[in-house]
Amino acid sequence: MKEELLISGRMNPNIDPFLNIWHWHIPVYLFLGGLAAGILFFAAFYTITGREKEMPTTVKWATFIVPIALIVGLLALFLDLKHQLYFWRLYTTVRLQSPMSWGAWTLMLVTPLSIIWVATYMKEIVPGWKWPWKFLDRAEAFVIKHKVELAWILIVLAVILGIYTGILLSAFNARPLWNTSILGPLFLVSGLSTGAAAIIWMSRSHYERKIMSRIDILLIIIELFLVTHMIMGFLAGSEVKIASAMIFLGGQFTVSFWVFFVILGLVFPLILEILELRGFRIPVGIPAFLILFGGLVFRFIMVEAGQFTRYLY
Amino acid sequence: MRYAMAIDTKKCVGCSDCVVACQTENNVPIGYARDWVAEMVAGTYPNVELEIRSERCNHCDNAPCVRCCPTGASHIIDGGIVKVTPEECIGCGACIQSCPYDARYSHPEGYVDKCTFCDHRVEDGLDPACVAVCPTKCMYFGDLDDPSSDVSEAMKNRNYKALAPEAGTDPQIFYLL
Repeated sequence: MKEELLISGRMNPNIDPFLNIWHWHIPVYLFLGGLAAGILFFAAFYTITGREKEMPTTVKWATFIVPIALIVGLLALFLDLKHQLYFWRLYTTVRLQSPMSWGAWTLMLVTPLSIIWVATYMKEIVPGWKWPWKFLDRAEAFVIKHKVELAWILIVLAVILGIYTGILLSAFNARPLWNTSILGPLFLVSGLSTGAAAIIWMSRSHYERKIMSRIDILLIIIELFLVTHMIMGFLAGSEVKIASAMIFLGGQFTVSFWVFFVILGLVFPLILEILELRGFRIPVGIPAFLILFGGLVFRFIMVEAGQFTRYLY
Repeated sequence: MRYAMAIDTKKCVGCSDCVVACQTENNVPIGYARDWVAEMVAGTYPNVELEIRSERCNHCDNAPCVRCCPTGASHIIDGGIVKVTPEECIGCGACIQSCPYDARYSHPEGYVDKCTFCDHRVEDGLDPACVAVCPTKCMYFGDLDDPSSDVSEAMKNRNYKALAPEAGTDPQIFYLL
């Protein structure tokens, strides 16, 4: 039998005894970014396919959440910075190898574009809305004319935004729990699912809810599949990867992961949505809330648990 | 030119003089450390082994902290020394997450700080502070490309290892066994 013990004379704040340099800001941002990416994706998709009339909530009303979510998310990211006065340094350089640089530039593009998108629906949501300046009317007419082109740009940016929230974590080799390339797709699917849930919750049209519920059911099944694969991948990996899987299989995050994320955030809303499509009367807010809640909990667990995993030497 | 350090685990007694010397030389804020001492006990009594290591930034050849930095504040200077420019650092913490050795910390002023191999001393032809003060002379510093440097000489006839080479970082601190 071999016993090993590592005693370190180092006690740096936020590093020792375990790493906790990222707190609530990051999971909150990852959740809001994923939600915004999800809504934007569906809005752009149904605009490109020319089905705006059938899906009014998806294309119009739900997109009002996007700029708000992005701005609150950006605020959380800003609060997370420890050298805040220098945040503009992000925009003096492009670093292709840094996911955070990709994210900063994507947000720089997607936030104003989502505001422009929403602005073209102001007249419909606020009766009697008038732009204060003439040139804004001309700008609006221009954007409406090129709506499909804008939708194409937004759908690409939405996918980058959704994947990036996962890659931000998966690029860190030093944290074995994060260092799996399945995290990008997993976060994208989870973001799309939360976006669909928000749309279902807001929509008043039975037809639209039915379509989005079907999509959401598919997304949740994919998500369950990806989660299973992630854990299987860890168990088939090296020592540090197995230790990462064990965090969810008996370790300190077992209950929160399985109960709050997998059961309450995925399986339960999945069953409710299937029952609803079968004709059972279930308040639509319940599965939608559970999916959003599960998405948030998932990001908190991943950010927190990842910082517990490390290389052993 | 490739600066590197070799540390003799057979000579190190874990006195932490290197830690204090670094804190003094580099004005490290109180309660923080750029280098530290790790003691590893392996085996079961009576067959027990003890390894003492003075650890710090490994100034990796394939440095993940430099790769993930969104502003370019983390960079590599001549000789392979990994450094941070405080005026470019936004304090996002990405490099801290990316380091398998947890060698970086958030300075109370906001930017990220770490071992610099005392490049201000190296420029003048001196050894880093930790190496210079070591009472057992267990640390060797120098240019790996120069076969007659202290570090090359020290590694010549010894077995050595690096920490977590499986992380793919190509670390440049070697521990003589």
